[in-house]
Amino acid sequence: MKLKQLEGLLGTLQQFSHPKIELEQYPTGPHIASRLLYTAENTYGDISGKIVADFGCGCGTLGLASALLDAEQVIGIDIDPQSLEVASENAVDLELEMDFMQCDINNLRWRDHLVHTVVMNPPFGTRRKGSDIEFLAKALKVASCAVYSLHKTTTRDFIKKIAVRDFNARTAEVLCELRYDVPQLYKFHKKKEVDIAVDLWRFVPNANQAL
Amino acid sequence: MRLLTHNMLSSNVKGVVDGFPLRLEAEKWVEKEVELNVDFLRHIFHKIEWKALAGAARAVGYGELPDEADAAMLDAEDFLRRFHHALLEIHVEEGALVCPDTGRRFPINKGIPNMLLNEDEI
Ligand SMILES: C[S@@+](CC[C@H](N)C(=O)[O-])C[C@H]1O[C@@H](n2cnc3c(N)ncnc32)[C@H](O)[C@@H]1O
Repeated sequence: MKLKQLEGLLGTLQQFSHPKIELEQYPTGPHIASRLLYTAENTYGDISGKIVADFGCGCGTLGLASALLDAEQVIGIDIDPQSLEVASENAVDLELEMDFMQCDINNLRWRDHLVHTVVMNPPFGTRRKGSDIEFLAKALKVASCAVYSLHKTTTRDFIKKIAVRDFNARTAEVLCELRYDVPQLYKFHKKKEVDIAVDLWRFVPNANQAL
Repeated sequence: MRLLTHNMLSSNVKGVVDGFPLRLEAEKWVEKEVELNVDFLRHIFHKIEWKALAGAARAVGYGELPDEADAAMLDAEDFLRRFHHALLEIHVEEGALVCPDTGRRFPINKGIPNMLLNEDEI
């Protein structure tokens, strides 16, 4: 599938109709989402034929993009039942198979390393401090191949240090720096769009050595 | 929820050490064909807890998996087809997952298991 085609399909997905502030529900736009998954597949071969988990899947954008790029099985996890409902409708609309699970990422208990790749756009931790780090810790625990994630550029040094030192990442690499338009979903955002600098990361867990 | 997903999942209730496998109670399920990927099956076989898979398959009325399996069986086309079918083609739509240690039930509605815990279970 061509990048443009992937981006186009992701643009047709329904997104949060009543985003919940406390859960930091803003979608990854089709531009960023398509590039994230396209890089994961075409540069690193981490998607096609793999088991992919989408942490905090929201309306399913990243997971469905993985399914479009021929992941063998995709599992989306979110704490919010309304988002999961929209995500499963999106899957039906695109005629894709994706499994879903309602769970708080902090309490997720999966056997280690059965999932190959985790893709996620975690809450940045602006509402609940540290939730980005909790997502990362859990992702690096379950994944055997790679973790793709977005984090605020201001946290770059911290993320690098903690991933390698505490979460057993073998490598932690910023693939590119993006401008992320968080749309004005929330009243407390004064401007129409809040443009923040975000890093696209690729982490390789230590488990990868065994493969 | 497909049985591959079931095979990864442990009970997350506080205090539970093993919690695997969750017992599957299936009320409604559907089957959807998926293209067979031999390389994937060969690779994933080593990570699958076979007894849990065979048990879950029986819970959805599929008794075609042997009680035990070893890698040599992967050479048989017939075995691969059954393994593939159980792992990827059966979707549990309604039912529950039950913690083997505490008996806590996690409902499955519209194909989505709800693994959220109450405050006192975290
Ligand atoms: C920034 S949004 C990303 C949504 C979607 N992945 C996307 O890329 O469009 C973060 C998502 O994480 C979910 N979330 C927040 N905290 C969570 C938690 N503790 N466990 C599971 N999901 C959570 C939210 O409901 C929301 O859907």
